[in-house]
Amino acid sequence: MLKGTPFHSKTSALCQSHEWQRWSGYLTAASYELHHEWEYHAIRGSTAMIDISPLYKYRITGPDAERLLNRVVTRDVSKCAVNQVFYTPWCDEAGKVIDDGTLQRFSEQDFRLTAAGPNLHWLCENAYGMDVSIEDESAQVAALALQGPTSREVLKQVTDANLDRLGYFRMTCANVGDIPITISRTGFTGDLGYELWLNPEHAESLWDKLMDVGQIYGLRPVGMYALGLARIEAGLILTAVDYISSHHALIESQTSSPFELGLGWAVSLGKGNFVGRKALMAEKQRGPTWHFVGLELDWPSLERLYEAIGMAPQAPHIAWGTSVPLYDGRKQVGYATSGCYSPILKKYIGLATVEADYSRLGTQMMMEVTVNHQRKQAPVRVVKTPFFDPERKRI
Amino acid sequence: MTRKYDAIIIGGGHNGLTAAAYLARAGKEVLVLERRHVLGGAAVTEEIYPGFRYTVCSYVVSMLRPEIIRELDLPRHGLEIVPEECLFTPLPDGDRLILWADRDATRREIKRHSAKDAESYERFGQLMYHMALAVKPILSMVPPDPTSLSPRDLSQLLKLGGHFSSLSEKQFYALTKLMTMSVTDLLEEWFESEALKAALSASGIIGSFVGPRSPGSAYVLLHHYLGEVDGATSAWGFPKGGTGAVSNAIACAAREHGAEIRTEAPVEQVIVKNGRAVGVALESGEEIQASVVISGLDPKLTFLKLVDTNQLPTDFVESIRNFKIRGSSGKVNLALSGLPNFTCMPGPGPHLRGSTSIGPTVDYLEQAYDDAKYGCFSKKPWLGVVLPTVFDPSMAPPGQHVMSIFVQYAPYNLERGWNDAQREAFGDAVIDALAEYAPNIRDIILHRQVLTPWDMEQSIGLTEGNIFHGELALHQLFFLRPTAEWANYRTPIDNYYQCGSGTHPGGGITGAPGRLAALEILKDGI
Repeated sequence: MLKGTPFHSKTSALCQSHEWQRWSGYLTAASYELHHEWEYHAIRGSTAMIDISPLYKYRITGPDAERLLNRVVTRDVSKCAVNQVFYTPWCDEAGKVIDDGTLQRFSEQDFRLTAAGPNLHWLCENAYGMDVSIEDESAQVAALALQGPTSREVLKQVTDANLDRLGYFRMTCANVGDIPITISRTGFTGDLGYELWLNPEHAESLWDKLMDVGQIYGLRPVGMYALGLARIEAGLILTAVDYISSHHALIESQTSSPFELGLGWAVSLGKGNFVGRKALMAEKQRGPTWHFVGLELDWPSLERLYEAIGMAPQAPHIAWGTSVPLYDGRKQVGYATSGCYSPILKKYIGLATVEADYSRLGTQMMMEVTVNHQRKQAPVRVVKTPFFDPERKRI
Repeated sequence: MTRKYDAIIIGGGHNGLTAAAYLARAGKEVLVLERRHVLGGAAVTEEIYPGFRYTVCSYVVSMLRPEIIRELDLPRHGLEIVPEECLFTPLPDGDRLILWADRDATRREIKRHSAKDAESYERFGQLMYHMALAVKPILSMVPPDPTSLSPRDLSQLLKLGGHFSSLSEKQFYALTKLMTMSVTDLLEEWFESEALKAALSASGIIGSFVGPRSPGSAYVLLHHYLGEVDGATSAWGFPKGGTGAVSNAIACAAREHGAEIRTEAPVEQVIVKNGRAVGVALESGEEIQASVVISGLDPKLTFLKLVDTNQLPTDFVESIRNFKIRGSSGKVNLALSGLPNFTCMPGPGPHLRGSTSIGPTVDYLEQAYDDAKYGCFSKKPWLGVVLPTVFDPSMAPPGQHVMSIFVQYAPYNLERGWNDAQREAFGDAVIDALAEYAPNIRDIILHRQVLTPWDMEQSIGLTEGNIFHGELALHQLFFLRPTAEWANYRTPIDNYYQCGSGTHPGGGITGAPGRLAALEILKDGI
């Protein structure tokens, strides 16, 4: 039986489409309206309110909290200041990614790690002999993302926090009326935005308050379809879609290292020992086999394929997340894992894993496309990610 | 004389800017000269009333060519287009008709008016899909001259012929009808519901001095469906920041490629020596040399004002003089303290996220035209209303709104001439027409800007206030736009080119004339 999130009474009343998706055993709205186009534009044009409560959350406290986390994740946690947030992957001993998420630092000895999947056991295993407490607070913390260019204005109306001084990937504790919340300037959309963390008992009243004050700023509840487009535009990876957790992989070739996922920047080999370091050192030396890249499909070519059968081109307005082969001639050189037609860029974009030789910007290859039941190929070229990267995200 | 440019573009409207961007992208040294202090021509956003940004003239992006968005990377320069959610037509009996973006919702809505029409609407949509597909390639094509035997024209004509021969017989006949019939006659073949016929007829009269029962008006309806064929690329809708944001994005792209853009630099005349354009003279007396000069202004200004007509063939001058450019529409922009409250759909809601059409019956539209035929503005005008702040709250203070009202008909040649009193009377007629359906409108108006065709001519330089730089009538389209033999962006004066909406494929924010002109100029080699 799927569960509702702490916001369920609110989200279910608004979900006109009755389209739901499952996320870690919870129900989340795929779209609230009959189609998700306007929800998408709320992310890019005003404010989107997205229920992200199903994320796994772990509270890690105690004298050895930093030590434990530095052992587990690939980034150097000692460099994470109080009230700073780190995005980081974490690996197994083979240097293959188990999961990725954000690490919030409340104080010297107090952290919250968010994750896509369950990681309690893994954290506990690694805490052997350490003076640290690990609590799975997934059900005790509700989470709500406010994303979009007017999100700061909306939040300013309801909190006492100094949001003008809250930098990108920083966090602060604040009050909304008498509701205590944590605000982190983070998100999965690649836009200006915040994520709010709170006790579930206040979830409904926070929702109501934001809906109320947000109305004049164009705030609207936004579901997973719209989020799915925004996260591809932001070039952000999604576990179980763009990569398989090494804990779930059935065979070795299904696993990926951080270098193969474009997360080399988040691997701090110099910080001392951590899980996977040895393997990652070796991989760094020989260079990764696979590279994670952004793709742009040559639209006129797709248009011609459709024109040949008397149709207007069709584009994926809902993101796909299946494996699609990429070819150079007859040789398969990689696979795309997600793709969509970007409503703001007017481009068909995708994320892919390709052989190292095919990862340079501008490299051309062919992607399989299905045109009215027929398997065809259309040219794609490697481009920079994020595909969409507005200045307001950081300033 | 100062330095010499490869190309000077007269007029910083969206087509002039597009041409500039493409020429600069090809490595040319380009200078754009705009008379006003803002760029965009009729695609401008201006803060006319403090805190409220009006999308002053044009208000919707219709068919901005997706290739331009991609090739100039406009989203990186700030372009964002939000699709229309619906077409909302309030009706006098307290009912309404809403054509939604969602198919099921639309079918259910039409069914309340006519069960038969609900089905016909889908079949009609399918036919129009094929019609639009047939016409669409023409938008990105330099018009070939059908009388020419040059290999280039012939190959283009052949391509076109091949394209049309791919239509089924049924589709071909339908296309012929579409090109010749009145929009109402066409719709009457399909539908019985008055509300539906009125809602769709309104798309047939936009920007033209014709009524819904005038032959040729059906073609304009096709433009709407062209937007749908582009639907995959969602290029039809409201630009965030108003249509000025489109112009600014194109200008940014042009500048990034190295184009120089000067505002408040009105051009007095194109300098022609020995039948060749060699530069321009500004009103300030400054003269600037260039290898080619390109006019983004309408054909009347391009040929009858910017150059000495002595330089042009007599029959050419005659055909430009005959070019129909009668302004027929006005614009009212409002700053509102709240949202309009429609009697038939009280309160806020998704019905406000699209266009609202005040024009409940075909007779209403035709009568509005009747007034204009005899030199009056419509006593009960057709209104195309949008609320840009609903999709872009930043255009007004929080909780307040701007409303853009496109009004038809307002003839340029008003019987007693336009003056301040007439303008306000026209504005009053617009508010009266709207208040019949949204009675609270008068209480929430903070500021009102009324633009008549005369104002548009004065402020933006649109001859007779025609928003399309010349009517989109069949005899003024494709290889006849602006006139036979000169539809390929060239002119009888060497090195003098045209790139405005008066050239193929015409008006609306498509950018296509600017792009096609630039590509032709590059072919000529500068």
